[in-house]
Amino acid sequence: MPNTKALASYEEREKRFTGAHALCAGCGTPIAVRAVLNAIEEPVVVVTATGCLEVATTRYPTTAWNVPWLHVAFENAAAVASGVESAYRVLRRRGKISKEIRFVAFAGDGGTYDIGLQALSGALERGHRFLYVCCDNEAYMNTGNQRSGATPFAAQTSTAPVGQESFGKIQRRKDLTEIVVAHRIPFVAQASIGDWYDLANKVRKAISTDGPSFINVMSSCPRGWGHDANQTVKITRLALETCFWPLFEVEDGRWSLNYVPEERLPIEIWLRPQKRFAHLFEPQEKTELLREIQKQVDRDWERLLQRCEVSACASV
Amino acid sequence: MLKRYQELPLGGVVVGGATLQLVKTGSWRSGEKPFYDEKRCIHCLLCWVHCPEATILIEDGQMRGFDYEHCKGCGLCAEHCPTDAIQMLSEMAPSPCP
Amino acid sequence: MKKILEKEHRTLLTGAEAAAHTMRQLRPEVVPVYPITPQTPIIETFAQFVADGFVDTEIINVESEHSAMSAAVGASCGGARVLTATSSQGLALMLEICYIASAMRCPIGMAVGSRALSGPINIHCDHSDSMMARDAGWVQIFCENAQEAYDLSIVGQKLAEDQRVLLPVMTIQDGFTITHSAEPVALLPDEAVTEFVGEYRALYPLLDTEHPTTQGPFALPDYYFELKRQQVDAMENVYAVWGELQEEFAKLSGRRYRGLFEAYKLDDAEYIYIVLGATAGTAKVAIDRLRRQRKRVGLLKPWLFRPFPTEEIAQALQGCKAVAILDRALSLGSWGPLYSEISAALNTVSARPLLYNYIYGLGGRDIRPDQLMSVLKDLEGESDANVQRFIGLRE
Repeated sequence: MPNTKALASYEEREKRFTGAHALCAGCGTPIAVRAVLNAIEEPVVVVTATGCLEVATTRYPTTAWNVPWLHVAFENAAAVASGVESAYRVLRRRGKISKEIRFVAFAGDGGTYDIGLQALSGALERGHRFLYVCCDNEAYMNTGNQRSGATPFAAQTSTAPVGQESFGKIQRRKDLTEIVVAHRIPFVAQASIGDWYDLANKVRKAISTDGPSFINVMSSCPRGWGHDANQTVKITRLALETCFWPLFEVEDGRWSLNYVPEERLPIEIWLRPQKRFAHLFEPQEKTELLREIQKQVDRDWERLLQRCEVSACASV
Repeated sequence: MLKRYQELPLGGVVVGGATLQLVKTGSWRSGEKPFYDEKRCIHCLLCWVHCPEATILIEDGQMRGFDYEHCKGCGLCAEHCPTDAIQMLSEMAPSPCP
Repeated sequence: MKKILEKEHRTLLTGAEAAAHTMRQLRPEVVPVYPITPQTPIIETFAQFVADGFVDTEIINVESEHSAMSAAVGASCGGARVLTATSSQGLALMLEICYIASAMRCPIGMAVGSRALSGPINIHCDHSDSMMARDAGWVQIFCENAQEAYDLSIVGQKLAEDQRVLLPVMTIQDGFTITHSAEPVALLPDEAVTEFVGEYRALYPLLDTEHPTTQGPFALPDYYFELKRQQVDAMENVYAVWGELQEEFAKLSGRRYRGLFEAYKLDDAEYIYIVLGATAGTAKVAIDRLRRQRKRVGLLKPWLFRPFPTEEIAQALQGCKAVAILDRALSLGSWGPLYSEISAALNTVSARPLLYNYIYGLGGRDIRPDQLMSVLKDLEGESDANVQRFIGLRE
């Protein structure tokens, strides 16, 4: 079981990801990156897709990384990781590398849900041993908050703006985690920077899996979501409490919930503090839309409960 | 001093580890920075967990202060401190914990 | 590991099979593969070599050429020797990453079975795919036949991995004409190739976790220009390294690729044909026939297109009367790509010959010796120079 002392002692020994970066104050992504890397005991090689994490941590000739790190393009983190992992396997077989090395790919929701989905799917199907972490902040934040396949219904973005004729994004977000589950890889999970303990646990499980693993981590973008920099983690917690972003894992096809709120909060509690949803409350409350959003959350939550129950029954 | 092309490693590789000395973001803070009260700190390290810049200084599992050269002043450490040992105060303020 | 060839062996092979034998003998660590006509038999033949235990390569069955090149870059940065193959749309899909592969100085070897780009879709040969990639920072070697495809991809890999170069290399053979036609090919013994090429040692292997490197960082206006300038040096070094390696290869194989292009009956030629790839074979027949008619004609066949043998070609063309530049690709809105290169190369020449540009063979349109022979009349003054003409087109 991870505890802060043990995790901190890893970082003390080997600071894998440092503060030598230019991500915005209060950005959620580096919190996720540190949590992931500090939960891995073995030597690790990191692949990163184009995005905030990449541009802000490696402005040439500087770097925030103390581990081998590779970036090639936006849509191909999983394919690049496939190449690195394959090279490792054969070099090891040929006696040129003796160490155990683990591989982690980081990408945002744009690089995973959208442009990188094909490369991800291919890599998962081929069964490379690597952990893919999607830092999902629900829009293309590096280019300034454009709508992605992960952007929630009714959120305001610069390419699905609010106007006389529009309330923001008119479609629902795609359920990427479920798409990944359909690949039947050994470990898939949904996590959040709002629960570091759960995230660390999942990383440990994922990294010890002999095959591909995937963790979809909700991580807020204070500028894109529109909240104060110090609210980054708390806002993602509200996504857990409202069941908008439930924590669950699927191990060898068995679904299990990692967190059930004692009392589910209405979705409004998560929406209201974020400027990207301000139009749902101002100038007057859009009750229809709010009801619709709540209905979507309820339906998804019920569906998830059913899946986990079925898995629980099957394993009894 | 910017280097000539002949002096750069081939392929745009940055050789070696993190260049903490080259990227100092402490100047990003807009007036406030975190201070901590040693007496109230229970060394739970939740500040360390939630810091995006890894600027919480840890020694032997104990909270020892902040790397102000990189701290951007986001305030997440103070927000998540369960004993209110960390407070965001004016840059100019004398440290409340001598 | 099983061996196929203990000693030199002459056998009937298609260009694709010859390229697959090179792949096997180079013992790559990683080969990402994705099928596309007419390249597919290269990766199929190679996959069978792996399945039969002749080489212990890690094949990655990627889901697209984009991922093939992405995986290739990842593996190459990791410290592996990486080879792959593609054609046409596959190369087009890879192209984004091709630029990155060369910028990251990944010496990836790629066999290209050249094929027309869509649209309309077409599976047959022309050079529009390779020409599209001409500015991607790859060394480009054009081959006339299966033997050249075999030999030059061996030399090409050593060239790619030379520390003075460290660039990816495309070895281009004409789709179907070479990839699918069987010819006698002399294969070298496995060990001779292995020794000739040696082991690949990456400059900064990513998998060296003791010495972490950041690869593929974000370069702004303060450094981007300098990093691109390094690639210019690498390309310039190719000329000299090519020469050295051809000497070495000649000792090994007895086959000599002297210079950066093949000079066929050029010494006293007044009229010179320039052509890339398999059509050089057809052109040689045309040249021989014209010579029998006492016409002083010759052929210049560049092996290297990138870097382009500017100075050497200018020297070779200096003083001749006229040049027929045969392009198997369009650069719509301008001259054929080969023509533009030659024209630029001749800028420093005082006795500049007249230049004639012919576009031929697009989408696999056949080209015959008599068609090439009839071009001579233009060169002899019957038609104006500096007009783009089309051979074998209904117009």
